[in-house]
Amino acid sequence: MADIRPLEIGRPEIRGDAMAKAAGRELFSADLYPADLVWAGAVRAGVPHGRLLSIDATAALAVPGVLKVLTAVDVPGPNRHGIIHKDMPVLADNVILYTGDAIALILAETREALKLAIPLVWAEIEPLPALFDPEAALAEGAPRLHPDKENNLLMAAEIRKGEASAAFTECDAVVEGEFATPVQAHIFLETENGTARLEEDGCIAMTVSTQSPFRDRFEIGYALGITFERIRIASPSLGGGFGGKDGATVQCLLALAALHSGGRPVRMQWDREENLASGYRRHGCKLKYRLGAKQDGTLHALECELVYDTGAYAHLGGEVMELGMEHAGGPYRIPHALIRGKCVFTNNPVAGAMRAFGVCQATFAFESMMDLLAKKLAMDPLDLRLANALIDGDTNCAGVRLVTSTGVVGCLEIVRDHPFWREREEWKQKAPLNTRRGVGLASVFNAAGYGGKVRDSAIAKVELSADGEIVVHNAVSDMGQGNSAAFLQMAGHILGQDASLMKLRQPDTVTAYPSGSSSAGRTTYTFGNALIKACEELKARLINRAGLLLFIDNDADLRLVPGKVIHPPTGREVPLKRLAGFMPHEDRVCISQFVAPVCADVPDTASGFFIGFPHVIFAYGAHLVRIEVDLLTGAIRVPDYLAATDGGRIVNPAMFDQQVHGAVAQGLGYALMEDLVTREGRVLSEDLSTYLIPGVLDVPDIVSIPYHGHEETGPFGMKGIGEVALNGPLPAVANAVADACGIRLCHAPLTPVRVLAALEGKSCN
Amino acid sequence: MQLTFILNGNETQIDTREERRVVDLLREDLGLTGTKEGCGTGECGACTILVDGESRLSCLMVAAQLEGTRVTTVEGLEETRKGTLLRRAFAEEGAVQCGFCIPGMEMAAMALLRHDPEPTRERIRAGLSGNLCRCTGYVKIVDAVERAAEDLRCCREGR
Repeated sequence: MADIRPLEIGRPEIRGDAMAKAAGRELFSADLYPADLVWAGAVRAGVPHGRLLSIDATAALAVPGVLKVLTAVDVPGPNRHGIIHKDMPVLADNVILYTGDAIALILAETREALKLAIPLVWAEIEPLPALFDPEAALAEGAPRLHPDKENNLLMAAEIRKGEASAAFTECDAVVEGEFATPVQAHIFLETENGTARLEEDGCIAMTVSTQSPFRDRFEIGYALGITFERIRIASPSLGGGFGGKDGATVQCLLALAALHSGGRPVRMQWDREENLASGYRRHGCKLKYRLGAKQDGTLHALECELVYDTGAYAHLGGEVMELGMEHAGGPYRIPHALIRGKCVFTNNPVAGAMRAFGVCQATFAFESMMDLLAKKLAMDPLDLRLANALIDGDTNCAGVRLVTSTGVVGCLEIVRDHPFWREREEWKQKAPLNTRRGVGLASVFNAAGYGGKVRDSAIAKVELSADGEIVVHNAVSDMGQGNSAAFLQMAGHILGQDASLMKLRQPDTVTAYPSGSSSAGRTTYTFGNALIKACEELKARLINRAGLLLFIDNDADLRLVPGKVIHPPTGREVPLKRLAGFMPHEDRVCISQFVAPVCADVPDTASGFFIGFPHVIFAYGAHLVRIEVDLLTGAIRVPDYLAATDGGRIVNPAMFDQQVHGAVAQGLGYALMEDLVTREGRVLSEDLSTYLIPGVLDVPDIVSIPYHGHEETGPFGMKGIGEVALNGPLPAVANAVADACGIRLCHAPLTPVRVLAALEGKSCN
Repeated sequence: MQLTFILNGNETQIDTREERRVVDLLREDLGLTGTKEGCGTGECGACTILVDGESRLSCLMVAAQLEGTRVTTVEGLEETRKGTLLRRAFAEEGAVQCGFCIPGMEMAAMALLRHDPEPTRERIRAGLSGNLCRCTGYVKIVDAVERAAEDLRCCREGR
């Protein structure tokens, strides 16, 4: 017998999408092969910096099955896209700024024809001196990559809290360090793809694996000079995103192809090589830190500089840097801070959004500094963190007073009381032959929401269908994090419905309303809050309309239960399907908006920021890792990992753990192996045999323990935790290596080669 | 070529080119899009299918290799008790996030459980080591296979 009970907040409900995905029935954008399909593919520049002089497509056009070769002259409109800065050409028209710049777009009958034709497009490109290192790009006399950007600076900014320089003279202990972080690739398993078709009414209908369907319309519309209302985008479940599908990937090229395919549907699917070479990636970053404290361990002064390599185009580089700066002092009280940031253009591939953007770089540096400081003060590293951890009402390193839930102390206490910490010395002493064991810590935090001046809004729509089912119109893409399942759970909880009586529609710009991107730990938070209001309105309405049918005066006597409204005093009831038959469509639909809170008291600490400062809601965590270092090979093994996380109240414990596990695994990849190396702007990894991500043998049975907090502003008290746990592994592992071997690794990833070099006393940087 | 093989229990004939990649044959020509492509070079395992009961990477196989074989894809899991239990375990244990790797994981798990009906967690990890997942950190995937093995044991023992 099926268990018919309403979905309930706080229970580990089975995700609404789990069975369809486990059965292979869920249709991703990658699964669509409409009849009469045309395949589209981009020709990439292959040179990092140059002037495009001419393109000869004669040979490509001679390949049987090739229909068209489009170049910049075929692009209507300004031919520029970008989330904030419109600086990225759809098809390069003059200057090439990185090897992945698209210079032509081929339309072909088959993928095979496309593959044959791409290398046959001949481009004459005059090479220009290229910049691959932010330092070189900032140097005097360096060629300017964007005419309007002096010194190749996308953005330079500063956070000044107190008087840092003077405060260092008041410190009893000062530590310094320089750090470098790698470029990380998202490696969502479903590579960038979509389909598009020019409809008879002149609209372009698209289905895309995208994190931002509503915003995409504006990006495409601007680039191609068409009104956004002519573009319809559906965003089915994504096969992963992690930030890499935020901002146009295939979108503008696909829409352009659709304008030239004679009404036939067009499909574009990047393969893994194209994904690695031309997709977005995490910013590499160099960081210089100086941290001072009093003798008792009270943090007193911080000075640091963060330099992010944003590659050829802006994307969200400025915002990535800003968020890193806002987190540069860790989740601690520091009265004096001077934080400088630079985001620099180079001729490297484009860095964009990736889970924990900007923050994971800063966390590596700061949490390493905390251990250096603990060592210098001869303090326990956990005590040092606890003594300085932020609590409600403190001001953080950016000078923002914390008026929302602040659970980092609670997370640290979970770690302090765990056997992994209490029994660490015994465990370390049992290291096998030729092995050293170490235990490392990291405190983490990550802002949720877009931050100041960027309206963080969602509009939820829920309806009773004519068939009597509750339909939730999700409007923020589900890239796998489970927000749509959480929305079903919230709606079921409020409307008293079982999963089998509810349906979920994934985002579609025709039937849902603009609700922002799936990003920034704001997806479930913002849309969830809007959905609660919509569901409460629908509930009241269904009960009221049932009262009309049942001749009941008092709505308070009626209850909404699975499939029906009942009147317990008389036992009378009306099934939702019958009720739907009495309600006109507009009466069965409820729509509600929520706008996330912003900082009411913005400090004057920040200068040079454009948008996105400050944030008011943060998720927190404390991580512990136990590692083994193989002294012969330098390899680091991770037998145990503990993550304590403050995500407010937990909507679904199973989904909470999913997010923590996944972020820790991705963070372990960042710590140990992932490095998307480029040489002269060319990505050296073509596939997943040379760009390694953690496999099942590389990740331990991660222990996830929630800190049971409550975020007043959140839906049912929750706050987003998709990103926070990614920040922990790199610094925790680096601290564990120091604990095990007495070596401080400052250049990530912490590969066996670097470990061995440090063990042999060579410079680790 | 005229290709004849058994697909998810049904005798299947299709006219195809010998060198057609099996993943394309399944997804595009036969409409079985449950099998996914994550890399196209045999590293991620998302395209794993069973050929005569053994796990194979359909992105590295060509159509001619299927002649006369018995092929199972994720869509065929419901044909057997083992497949049904495995699928349920994946859904109920929270092993599914974006879900793109899951069909391949399940097919690898099917092959594993065939050779090793009562695997330890370590042997489950070894059995799934050819399949990448970027969402889950693998913990709940290993849980799911462990649970499926336990459910199968209960079935065998009539509990």
